[in-house]
Order: sequence, then structure tokens, then C-alpha cells
Amino acid sequence: MTALLDTLSWVLLSLGGLSVLIGGIGALRMPDLYTRMHAASVTDSLGAILVLVGIMLQAGLSLATIKLIVILMFLLLTSPTSSNALASAALLAGTRPFAEAAQDAEEPK
Amino acid sequence: MYYVVTIATLITMALALLRALLGPSVYDRVLAVNMLGTKTVLLLSVIAFLYGRPDFLDLALAYALINFIGVLAVLEFFRSRALRRSAERGARQ
Repeated sequence: MTALLDTLSWVLLSLGGLSVLIGGIGALRMPDLYTRMHAASVTDSLGAILVLVGIMLQAGLSLATIKLIVILMFLLLTSPTSSNALASAALLAGTRPFAEAAQDAEEPK
Repeated sequence: MYYVVTIATLITMALALLRALLGPSVYDRVLAVNMLGTKTVLLLSVIAFLYGRPDFLDLALAYALINFIGVLAVLEFFRSRALRRSAERGARQ
């Protein structure tokens, strides 16, 4: 049972590390703000869930697990909120999505 | 095994910092700093177990709160600035 939990938590931790890394590369390499937000939200949701659940399996039933659950719930509530605030602020300031801007460059009106 | 996650998170933090330095618009920088904060929370949680000191989790929780409030405050500031600028542009025309 312990070996199973250990294996499961290592798998979750590795996948979490991988998705965090992929999101970081995406946030650096993507062409405009909205696609970068899309890449960054992978690390905020999937990476956080995988890493924190992987640590929870290592911690077992203890106060640390409860703290980790609180951290996870908080991250899951706040990261979409701040993404939404960021996107609406950028749209209001006149930043346009990449595809739309590229389309306009192809066919000038 | 915690080392793998720690190194992946550190590399991602470096990439986010690079994006914050490069970022053409101010919103790219806010996005990168927000991402850096989330990764700091993850890093603190992993380090708590890497070093066997669960009290680091309290720091992670406090950092998550500070990061969220900070990003919202900065965005509200830039949002009101954009509104003010567009209002000025509308008044001039």
C-alpha cells in the first residue's frame, strides 16, 4: 500500500513538474499576451493540482495535508480570478488578440 | 524526487522572470509576475517536504494571499489608468 502510494505520488509529482516546465516555456515563447496567458494558466491549474496532490499523498493524514488542501483551494479560486482581471484590463487598454491582428495585416481594409 | 519538481519550478521561475524583463506591454509583466508568485507557492510547498519542515506551508499560504491581492491591486491601478487615458482621448476628439 505504501509502495503504491509512493509510486502514485512520484508519478503525480513528475507530471506536475513537467506541466509546470511546459507552461513556463509556453509563457516565454508564445506570440502575444492572450496566448501567453493560456500557457501560464496550465502551470497555475494543472501544475498546482498535480504537484500539491502528489505532496499530499506523501504527507498522509496530517495537519500538513489540510494546509495543502487550503493552499490548493485558494490557488484554484484565485488564479482564474486574476487571469480574468488581467484579460479584461488588457482588452480595455486596447491590446488585441494575435490572430485578429494578423488577419487585419493580411487584408487591409 | 522532490529535487526534480524543485528544479522544474526553479527553471520555470527563471523563464517567467525573463518574460517579465522582456515583456513588451505592462500586462505581460503582470502576467509573468503573477506566474512567478504561483510558482513560489509551489516551490515553498515542495521545499517544506524536501527539508522536512512543514512550517514552510504557512509561508506558502501567506505568499498566495499576498500575491493575489498584489496582482489585483496592480491591475486595478492600470485599469483605471487606461480608462482615464481613453476618457481624455475621447474629450480631445
